[in-house]
Amino acid sequence: MAGRRPIKVKVNGIEYEGYVEPRKLLVDFLREDLELIGTHTGCEHGVCGACTVLFNGKSVRSCLMFAVQADGADIMTIEGLSDGKTLHPIQEAFREHHGLQCGYCTPGMLLTSYELLQENPAPTEDEVKTAVSGVLCRCTGYKQIVDSVMAAADAMRK
Amino acid sequence: MKPCAFEYLAPGSVPEVMDLLQQYGDQAKILAGGQSLVPIMNFRLARPEVLIDINGLKELAYIREEADELVIGALTRERELELAPLVRLKCPLLPEAISHIGHPTIRNRGTIGGSLAHGDPSAEIPIAIYALDGTIRTLGPDGESAFKPEEFFLTYLTTCLEPSQIVMEVTVPVLPDGTGWSFVELSRRSGDFAIVAVATVLFMDDNGACTEARICMGGVASTPVRAKAAEDILSGQILSDALVAEAGRLAVEATDPESDYHASADYRRAMTEILVRKALRRAWEKTRGGK
Repeated sequence: MAGRRPIKVKVNGIEYEGYVEPRKLLVDFLREDLELIGTHTGCEHGVCGACTVLFNGKSVRSCLMFAVQADGADIMTIEGLSDGKTLHPIQEAFREHHGLQCGYCTPGMLLTSYELLQENPAPTEDEVKTAVSGVLCRCTGYKQIVDSVMAAADAMRK
Repeated sequence: MKPCAFEYLAPGSVPEVMDLLQQYGDQAKILAGGQSLVPIMNFRLARPEVLIDINGLKELAYIREEADELVIGALTRERELELAPLVRLKCPLLPEAISHIGHPTIRNRGTIGGSLAHGDPSAEIPIAIYALDGTIRTLGPDGESAFKPEEFFLTYLTTCLEPSQIVMEVTVPVLPDGTGWSFVELSRRSGDFAIVAVATVLFMDDNGACTEARICMGGVASTPVRAKAAEDILSGQILSDALVAEAGRLAVEATDPESDYHASADYRRAMTEILVRKALRRAWEKTRGGK
């Protein structure tokens, strides 16, 4: 295909090289080209937060970036949160406190919470609510999600 | 929902950007944070043939204090401005306004120059920059230009920027100690677009009189607008509840809102009065030592 461009990107510590059409969204590159389907495609216009990933350490909507912009970047997706053997404390807290029902928003919730707890290891409930308000959950009413993040913060400080 | 195909260019310097804009004119769009442009491309409301990605131009991302101004590079991320101790200390209205933009994740990417160039009449940064009487510095084939907010914003999503010009820098005056300021916003949910937003700045003299008042409103006209009549009745006065109430009434006259599915024009007018009074009370409180 004409106009495809080479990119080199590190995702969850692994270097990938690929060719992408400029219009390919980062979320589609992660899911289709790298087959990392933990990152969910939701609204595709930056409202729902399901596609949140960490881009050079900061949370971004991967539906609002083009894959070609990720050339040289270090990305973390939900697949990079645990080591594959034990759950990350945030995942453990979401499991323990029923922080999900259908699970569609969960990758965005977990990575948004991860960023929050990196910046602010002891958030108030209000700060947690502000942080996760950017990710839409239509199942839980957020109560268990906030409980989960507060519990994760406690666990990670120990 | 995928964008149309486009040619992607990532120039490595400002002169290269200038050359590309000269070459492609209005076929090209600048890609900064992309938090407004990419959604409208995904919806195919925008179909630029060429995208000029300036995210590699780190020299356009900076916050400096020069004389009695803050000088902010166009590519400075909103989240950085929101958290920068210098900005919080010298011009706290700006971080307060920015805290209402979308969510932290959006602010991680969104830029000050991008928000200004996009020219959304309910966007927080244009409202704040207008209330602060900031200056927008641009670069084009004929060199540098500087615009005040009242000349920069023309109508919905339209600024006076030519296709060959880019926003380079924004300057805002440092607010003197004792200055009152506020930013209040009404939206359906946290992070949604403003139905009405109001920024105020109150400059005071040593006797507690207001020497100059600025009231800027967003979401109520095709551009952010200043409530000049309301500002005038406050300037030179010792503030009172009655004056603040009158300013709220007068502010509504400067609006020209439209009805949409978020709110009717009448509702926007009614909320303008209430928000202007609330914003003025909050700013006034700060002049009396409240934080």
